[in-house]
Order: sequence, then structure tokens, then C-alpha cells
Amino acid sequence: MGEFSGRGRLFGYLGAILACLITLLPFLWILMISVKRPIDISSGTLKFIPTLKNYDRVLFSKGSDLPLNITNSAIVAVGVMVGVLVVATFAAYSLRRLDWPTWVTAVLLAWILIFHMVPPITMVGPWYLAFRRVGLYDNLFGLILAHITLNLPLGVLLMVSFIQEIPKELEEAALIDGCGQVGAFLRVTLPLVAPGLAAVGILSFVFSWNEFAAALNLTARATMTVPVAITKHALSEFTRHGEMAASSVIATIPAVILMFIGQRYIVKGMTLGALK
Amino acid sequence: MSLSKAVSTEYITTRGRGLGGILEKTFKYWALAPALVLLILFTLYPVISLVVMSFHKNESAGGKILWTFVGLQNAHRLLFEDYVFKAALRNTLIFVGAVVIIEMLLGFFLALLISRIPKGKGLLRTIMVLPIFVPAVAIGNMWRLMYSYDTGIFNQVLEAVGLSPVLWLSSPNIAMISVIVVDVWHWVPFVFLIALAGFESLDIETMEAARVDGAGGWQLLRLIVIPLMWPTLSVILMLRTIFAFKVFDEIWLLTRGGPGTATEVLSLHIYKVFFLQDLKGYGSLISVVTIMMTLVMIYIFRRQGRR
Repeated sequence: MGEFSGRGRLFGYLGAILACLITLLPFLWILMISVKRPIDISSGTLKFIPTLKNYDRVLFSKGSDLPLNITNSAIVAVGVMVGVLVVATFAAYSLRRLDWPTWVTAVLLAWILIFHMVPPITMVGPWYLAFRRVGLYDNLFGLILAHITLNLPLGVLLMVSFIQEIPKELEEAALIDGCGQVGAFLRVTLPLVAPGLAAVGILSFVFSWNEFAAALNLTARATMTVPVAITKHALSEFTRHGEMAASSVIATIPAVILMFIGQRYIVKGMTLGALK
Repeated sequence: MSLSKAVSTEYITTRGRGLGGILEKTFKYWALAPALVLLILFTLYPVISLVVMSFHKNESAGGKILWTFVGLQNAHRLLFEDYVFKAALRNTLIFVGAVVIIEMLLGFFLALLISRIPKGKGLLRTIMVLPIFVPAVAIGNMWRLMYSYDTGIFNQVLEAVGLSPVLWLSSPNIAMISVIVVDVWHWVPFVFLIALAGFESLDIETMEAARVDGAGGWQLLRLIVIPLMWPTLSVILMLRTIFAFKVFDEIWLLTRGGPGTATEVLSLHIYKVFFLQDLKGYGSLISVVTIMMTLVMIYIFRRQGRR
């Protein structure tokens, strides 16, 4: 914005450096703890020989469930990503382009928006009771459905705003050329909203991977996801700090990788969601 | 629209037979159906069942749940007996108020400061986006380790400068502040990123004109930048308020609502009552009340937004 006076620029850079340091400090701290031996952790020294023992223990020791938890989390997150992409994109397209009466669109979008804002823990209770009745409790498919629902609002709202930006005339041209409405959607609109699909896909994968409240109450030992397992581990009395740190670092890796790959789409999606 | 309608109608009447034709004719219905089914089963049904359950109490008998109608007994309990609910409500208001004000101010001014630098914004964005997308439970763990009495960084620094260590998470007066600090760390980047995008889309010429007219820094901010940014800021304000109201994961990991009820918030109270104390009817009532509070907040923000 405007001119960059020398002083403004200096303060700008100072602010930027400070913000980076504060943001990174907790990550560096947990990374450091995760490669320390217990004795180095309790002495608090900064001079130590790094070890991968903590990682070895949480990943490969006999009693560790973490590999199973990672598998569960990955299955659920991929299922949720695919599910949200399909369900949200079709719904957004139908609502925006296929001649619903205005009130239908308005009511559904309002309902979605409200659900987006209600604390998820209020829904988890009824889900738990219903899932126990129909056999979806302690079942990865049940958790996938719950997570798809939790991510549906963001998916639909983002896809609605991406689809709105595609000119209708393009589809009309395809219709004249003999495409049906389905064909026009699949061949014309869908490729054009690819950045939106990338944003929704990555966001729903990451949110599902991170989600805690629903996973905590809808899974048991065999279906437990990483966040639930980490919490259980961290809150038990006998936990070693090094292992707690190592498992937390492992839990953050997929999100961090996806962030670096898809950053443009995600920041765009996030700001679009807020700015529109 | 009329054109596409006419064309697709013609297409259907001439070629609309068989499976393809049926799919084509019913496209708008089946495209919406999965979302509608999920919304009905997973959001509408739960809300209805919460309302029904809030007039009942549950007993477990041989692996089954028996429900007894108790009328307004749960409501009586909520209003007159449950002091933890009152503490949770108060804590939630304090928490939401504090984090939203601090995050808005820090995020806004950080973005203002950084919007002036010519280089390095991309890298800064990459780093600042991290806390938003890391599992909240991992964030809880990071800060638990940093707040740790014996081995945490804060007490190590205090000891290094000759001060006595602090019980960051287990002394009643400090626990809430410690929890607020974590949330501020977690969510300032969100406010910052959106505000920065807002600043970058501001009209530079307006700014220049005002500067030429002799507007100073503070005037520029108060009369031009903030009014131009207001639509963006009010959306961030709403999102942060309503999402801070949901807080659950980090607090569960950091303090589990303790010590005592010092950091107990509504989401934690619902979880404890419904799942840990197994009072499903009463937990449902607290959920219904919480949902209503969310609706009131949405209503207030929408009215503000229309002005």
C-alpha cells in the first residue's frame, strides 16, 4: 500500500521476522524434544546428540498402535476427500445452475452455513447413539460419513463461489453443440473449476486428518485415528515427553506436505471463503 | 438461461430415451440428493433428537438405553443446580472475548505493517499458514511441552534470569491466560492472511490522493483504510467469534478444563456431561442451548452486516 518510506520498511521487516520466529518457535521446540534422550529433556540442555530413538519407539515398538492409527487416518482422510469432492461439487452445481426455485437454494445454503458454525461436539452425541444402533460405531465408514458431513459446508460454499465465476455462456455453447446438461457440466464446467477442486480436496483431507471431537467418540481401539491416539497417549501418566513429541511431529507431517504442494489453492480458497 | 433450457429440453425430447435420458432429465435431483441425504441424516435428525432427548433421562440396562420422560427436570437442573455450566458459560465468554480482540488487533496491525514490505511476503505466508493446518492436538502437545513445569521453555527462561518457575497450566489464575495465548498463536495467522489479502486489494490511488491532500498516517488509517477494509474485517470478526465459541481440542489437551473449572468451556462441558458422566438427556439440553446461542450470534452478525 502506498509509498514505502525507509522507516516503514524497517518496521515491516522487523515485524515479519518477529512473526516468523514466534510462529516457528513451538515447532522447533517440539522437533528438538522429539530427538532428545529423556536425560537431555530433563536437564534442558541445548547441547545434545540427536537420537531417533523416540521415533523408532512410537513407530516400530511392539506395543505401539501408531502405524495402525496412521493407516486409519489415511483411509478416512482419503475417503473424506473423495466424498466431499463428489458430494459438494454436484450439490453446488445443482443449486447454482439447475433452476431450483430461489427459496430452495436459499434455505439449503442457510442451513449449511448454520451447521458450519454450530460446535461439532453438539452433533457428536446423537451421532454416537445412532451409530451404535446401526453398527457404524467403531467403523471407519461411519467416521468417513461423519467427516464428510462436517466438511460439506466448506466444500459446498467454496464450490458455489468457484462455479459462479464460470460464465454460463460456455455451457450454453456446449449445449448447442449437442452436449447434454450432464456432459456440459462434466466436460466444460468441471475442468474450469479445477483450482476450486484442488482447494476443497486438500482442505477436506487436512481437516479430516486433524479432526478430533468426532473421532474421539466414534472410534475404538481398532479404528482410532492419529489425533485420538496422540491425545490418549499424551494424557496418560506414564508418557515420555520425547515420544509424545515424536508422535505429534509425525501427525503434522502430511498436513505440512500438502500445504507446501497446494498453498496457492488453499490460501485462495480460504480468503475467497472469507472475502465473499 | 432460457436459451440453455430450451436447448436442453429439445435435446431431451429428441434423444432422451434409455438410461442416459433418465440421468439427463433427473440431473438436478440426483446431483443434489447425496448432499441432501447427508444433511437430513447427519444434521437435521441429530438436532431433532437432541430436542427430544433433552426432555428425557437415560438409564443403561443390559447394554440397552432406557429413556424416561422427565419433562422440565433437565431445564431445572441447568438453571438452578449446575454451577459448572455457569462457570463454563462465563469462561467461554471470557475466552471468546479475549482471543477475538487480541487476534483481530494483532492480525490487523501485523498485516498493515507487512503490507509495506516489497519482498518476502510469499515466504511469510508459507510460514504463517502452518499453525492453521496442523492438528489442534499436536498444537496442544507442543504447548504442553513448552508450558511444562520442569522442562518447558518458559520456566527455563524464568530460571535463567533468576525468577521462580510458574505452574502455567495448573494454577487457577494463570491457566486461562495460558490457554488464551495458545489460541492467539494458533489463529492470529488466519486474521493476518485474510487482512493481508484485503490490504493488497485496496485501491492505492485513493491512498495516494489522501496523502497528497495532507492526511497523516493515523488519519489515513482511521478515515480511509479501516472503512475500506470494514467488509473484510467484519467477516473475519464473525468467523473468529463463532469458531472460538467451538473451541475444544486444544483445551482438552492442555488442561481438560481444569484446574477445577478454571478453563472449562461449553464444548468441554457438553462432552463431559454427555459422554463421561453419561447424562445423555441433560447433555442434550446443554447442546440445544449452545446451538441456540450460536443462532443468536449468527443473527446479530447478519444484522450488523446489513447496516
